[in-house]
Amino acid sequence: MRRIPLPVLATASLVLVTLALALVFFVAPNDADQGFSQRIFYFHVSIAFTAYLCFGAGAWKALRHLWKRDPRADLESYVAVHQGVIFGVLVLLTGSIWAKISWGHWWVWSENQLVLFLVLFLFYAAYFMLRFSVDPGPQRANLSAVYALFGVVLVPVSFLAIRLSQSLIHPQVFTRHGPNFGGWILAAYIVSQVAVLVLAYTLYRVELAGKLLDVRLRELRLA
Amino acid sequence: MTTAEKYVTAAYCVVFGVVLLYVVIIALKVQRMERDIDKLEQERDG
Repeated sequence: MRRIPLPVLATASLVLVTLALALVFFVAPNDADQGFSQRIFYFHVSIAFTAYLCFGAGAWKALRHLWKRDPRADLESYVAVHQGVIFGVLVLLTGSIWAKISWGHWWVWSENQLVLFLVLFLFYAAYFMLRFSVDPGPQRANLSAVYALFGVVLVPVSFLAIRLSQSLIHPQVFTRHGPNFGGWILAAYIVSQVAVLVLAYTLYRVELAGKLLDVRLRELRLA
Repeated sequence: MTTAEKYVTAAYCVVFGVVLLYVVIIALKVQRMERDIDKLEQERDG
C-alpha cells in the first residue's frame, strides 16, 4: 500500500486544525448549560478518542509482531503506544482545566471515568519502564507486545465507565441514540475529531521515521 | 476576558504547547541522527 507523503500529511493537519479552531471559536454557538467553557469539549473528546485509538493500534501492531515476528511491527506498536500516552497527557490536562471551570475542582476522585482513564494512562506509562528495562532484542519486543495487548482491555472499560458511572457528573455526549448535540456543534466536533486524527497520524509517521533512522544508526555503529 | 475564556484559552494553549514541544524534540533528534548517519557512512566509505 502506498503511503501518503509526510509533507502532504503535515499540510492537511495544519489546514484541518485551523479549520477546526475557526469552527470552534467563531461558528459553533455557546452551550446552553455550560456557556463558553464547553468549547474545551471539541478537542478534549477528540483527543481522548484518538488516545484510545492509538492504544488500540499499539495492541494491533503488538499482535502482528507476536504473530508474524515482524521487527517493524514492534517499532510501530511502540510508536503508537507513545502517541497514546502523549494524547493521554493532553486528555488529563484539558480535562482538568475543564473540570476546574465546570465543577470547581481540578480532579474528582469519585468519578469512575476520570480514575479509569488515569489507570489506563498509568498502565501505558509503565509500558516504557518495562520496555527500557530490557536490552534491545526479541525478548524486549515480545514482552512489550504482550504488555501492549493486555493494556488494550482497559480501553473499553475506560470508555464504558462513563455509562456505568453512578454520579454522572461527567457529561455523556454519545448515547445509543447518537450524539446529544447537532447542528454546528456536531459539525465543529466532527471536523475537530478528523483534525486531531490526521495530526496524530502525522506525528506517528514522523516518530516512526525517526525510529527507523535510529535502527539504521545502530546498524552502522555495529558494522 | 472572562474566567471561562481564560480557562478555554489555557486548555488550547496547553494542547498547542505540548504538540509543539513534541515536534521540536523529534525534529532535533532526527536532525542529530541524520548527522551521525552521514558521518558514519562517510567514515565507512572513505
